Amino acid sequence: MKYKLGTMAVAGLMAASPVMADLVFPSLSYRTGPYAAGGIPFADGYADYFTLLNERDGGIGGVPARVLECETGYNTEKGVECYESTKGEGALVYQPLSTGITYQLIPKATADDIPIHSMGYGRTSAANGDVFSHVFNYPANYWNGASAAINHILEQNGGDISGKKIALVYHNSAYGKEPIRTLEKLSEKHGFELSLLAVDHPGQEQKSQWLQIRREKPDNVIMYGWGVMNQVAVQEAANIRFPMENFIGIWWSGAEIDVTPAGDKADGYKALALTAVGSDFPLYDDLQKYVVDSGKAAGAGDQLGTVPYNRGLYAAMLAAEAVKKAQEIHGVDDITSGMMRDGMEALEITEEVMAAAGLPDFGPTFSVSCANHGGEGMVAVTQWDASAGQFVQIADFAPTDMSVIQPLIDEDSAAFKAENNIESNCN
Amino acid sequence: MLYREAGDFSTTYSQDSQTFPIRFDRWRYYVVLFVAVFVIPFMINDYWVNSIFMPFLIYSIAAIGLNILVGYCGQVSLGTGGFMAVGAYACYKLMTAFPDVSMFIHVLLAGGITAAVGVLFGLPSLRIKGFYLAVATLAAQFFLVWLFNRVSWFYNYSASGQINAPERDTFGILITGPNTEAWATYLFCLIFTVFSAVVARNLTRGSVGRGWMAIRDMDIAAEIIGVNPLRAKLTAFAVSSFFVGISGALFFAVYLGAVEVGEAFGITKSFLVLFMIIIGGLGSIFGSFAGAAFLVLLPVALKVVGVDWLGWPTDIVAHLNLVIVGGLIVIFLIVEPHGLAQLWRLAKEKLRLWPFPH
Repeated sequence: MKYKLGTMAVAGLMAASPVMADLVFPSLSYRTGPYAAGGIPFADGYADYFTLLNERDGGIGGVPARVLECETGYNTEKGVECYESTKGEGALVYQPLSTGITYQLIPKATADDIPIHSMGYGRTSAANGDVFSHVFNYPANYWNGASAAINHILEQNGGDISGKKIALVYHNSAYGKEPIRTLEKLSEKHGFELSLLAVDHPGQEQKSQWLQIRREKPDNVIMYGWGVMNQVAVQEAANIRFPMENFIGIWWSGAEIDVTPAGDKADGYKALALTAVGSDFPLYDDLQKYVVDSGKAAGAGDQLGTVPYNRGLYAAMLAAEAVKKAQEIHGVDDITSGMMRDGMEALEITEEVMAAAGLPDFGPTFSVSCANHGGEGMVAVTQWDASAGQFVQIADFAPTDMSVIQPLIDEDSAAFKAENNIESNCN
Repeated sequence: MLYREAGDFSTTYSQDSQTFPIRFDRWRYYVVLFVAVFVIPFMINDYWVNSIFMPFLIYSIAAIGLNILVGYCGQVSLGTGGFMAVGAYACYKLMTAFPDVSMFIHVLLAGGITAAVGVLFGLPSLRIKGFYLAVATLAAQFFLVWLFNRVSWFYNYSASGQINAPERDTFGILITGPNTEAWATYLFCLIFTVFSAVVARNLTRGSVGRGWMAIRDMDIAAEIIGVNPLRAKLTAFAVSSFFVGISGALFFAVYLGAVEVGEAFGITKSFLVLFMIIIGGLGSIFGSFAGAAFLVLLPVALKVVGVDWLGWPTDIVAHLNLVIVGGLIVIFLIVEPHGLAQLWRLAKEKLRLWPFPH
C-alpha cells in the first residue's frame, strides 16, 4: 500500500510538471538588499527581453522562453537555494550576477552540465575554456576592465604615466580583489604607483578611505564598487573635491543611480562600459509596443534605458543568440543545457547579428571558441553628463592589454586545473 | 493518554537518570533517529539536502555550541561568525595540506583548532561580564574576519581571497566538491549533528555542565561553593567553540563549497545564530534544534508559498519574509520569552494529563 502511494505520488508529480516545451532561463536576481540598485534594472532588462521575444516572435526558434526569477539578495546561501530549486526545471544557463555565487556555482554547474554566463564578473580565469568547460565570461572580464582603465589613463596622459599615483578603491570581496594582480603587473610595466583601499561590505562607510585619498592625493582613482558603495564613493569624492574626470569606475560602478545622488558635483565621472548607452535603438520601439504598452514589463517598468537595464538586455540577447546557435548546431528546437553550452562556445557576435536583434553597435563584436570563453575583451568608456542627466560614450570599444592579462589567466587557470584534476575540455 | 509515565518503572539509577525518562519520549526519539538515518537518505535529492536539511543540521550544531556558552554558562558571545570562520579556514588548510586524510578527521581537527582559538578569546571573560564581554567577543568577530581577509596564507594566496573546497572523501565516499551524492553529504552532517547533540546533552547533565549553570546563575555563589570560575568559563568557551568550529567547517566544506569570509561569516551570522538560540530557548538542546529549524525553514517555506504557489513577485516575498520573520520573533519573545523549548515543555506537561486535566 505504501509503495503504491509512493508511485502514485511520483506519477502525480510527473503529470503535474509541464510537458510543454520551453526554454528556461533562471534569473538569480536581487531586488532587495544593499545591491538592489543594480540588481533591479538588470533583472528587469533580462526578463523584458525574453518577454519581447515571446510576444513578438513566439519565443526563440518557435519555442517560448520562460524566465524563472529567484531572489538571492546577493547572498551566497540563498544563491545555492535558488540554484537547487531552479535547476530541476530544465535551466539552460545561469547568470547569477554575483561573483560570490558564481564561484560557488562553477563546480556545481559543471558537474550538472549547465553553463554559467558571468558577463563581466565572476572568476576571470574562467576565460580559459580549456579548464572551465561550462563557464563563460564574454565579452569582457575584470582584468580587461583594469587594463582598460589604465589604457584610458595612459591616453589622458599622452602615453606616459610613470611616477603617477593611482589608487584602487575596491569592494573587499572576491569581486573587488580580482583586479589587484593585474593592476600590480601593469604598475610594473608602466611604472605607476598603486595604492589599495578596501571598502567592506556593504560599503556605506568610506570616510577613512577618502580621507586617505585626500592625504595621499593620487592622480587617478579606479573604483571596483557595487550597489550602495558606488553612490557613497561618488558622494565622498565630490566632498573632497576630487577631480571627477580622474575618477573612473568599472562597469558595475557606472549607472545613473550611482551618480545622481551627488548631483552636479558628479559631473565628469567616468565609467567603463560593456554596452552602448541610452535607448536610441530599434529594439526599444518593439519593447515599448510589445512589452511596456501591454503591461508586461518586469518590475515597475521604469528602468528602461538605464545602464544596468541595457546590460540585462544585452545578457539576454547573448543568451538568446546562443540558443539560436545551439538549435542550429544540434537541429533541435527544444535544446538542453548541454546543447546550450555548445551554442555558447560557438557564439559569434557580429555587427549583423546585433543589427538583426535590433541593437546595432550595442556592444563589441567578438567570437567565442573552445579555448577562449572570454571573447576579445573590448571595453568602452563613458562619462557622466550631469546637466543632461546621462552617460555619454567618450571612447569606442577598444582592445585591452592581453599581453599582461593572458599570462595571468593561464597561470590562474592552470593552478585551478592542477588543484582539481580537471581534464582538458578542448581536443 | 499517549504521553504518560504510569506503569513506567525505573529499577536502576541509570534508568532513572536517562535523558528521556518517559517511555513514549524515548520511543519518539528512536523513531526520529531511525527516520533520519534509514528513511530520509533514500528519499532526498539535491534540492532537499542543499536547501533544507544541510543548513538545518549545520546551524543546529552552531546553535548547540552557542547555547552551551550563552544558555548554559551565561557568557554572552557575538563572535560566532568569527569562530565559524576559524573552523572553515582550519578545515580548508587541513584539506589542502593533507588531501589523503579522511574528512571526519579534518572536521574534528578544525573543531579542535577553533576550541583553542575560542579559549584564547575567552580569557577576557575572567575579568569582564555581560555587555562588556559581548563587546570583547564582538572584537573577536571583527578581528578574525579581518585576519582571514588580510593574510593570504589562509586562502593559499588565491587571487580573489575565496576558499574553494576541493574534492575530498571519507572511506571512499565523496563528501565535498561538486560530484557528491545527496545522501552522503546529508549523512555526514547528520553524524556530526547527532554526535554534537549527544555530547552536549551529556556534558550539560554532568558536573561540568552543573558548574557552567552555577556560574550562569550567580558566579560569586558558585565560587563560594567550590566551582572554579576559570575552569568553568574556559571549558565552556572551549566546548562551545569546538561545536561552532565543526559547524563552520561543515558550512564551508560540505554545504557551500566556496566561501568568502566577510560575506559568509560576517556579523550577521553571529546574530543569526544568537537569534536561533533565543527563539529556540536558552539552555536547551532541543531549543537549539527548534531555533535553527525556525530560522532556516521559515524563509524557504514562505518563498515556496509566496513565489511558487501564489506567484507573487520575488521582491515582495523577500520583503514579506523580513516582516513575517521579524514579527514572529517579536511575538514569540512577548508571548513566550523562554522560547520554543518552553512551548514544547508546556505541551508535554499538558499531554501528560490529557485527556483528564484537573
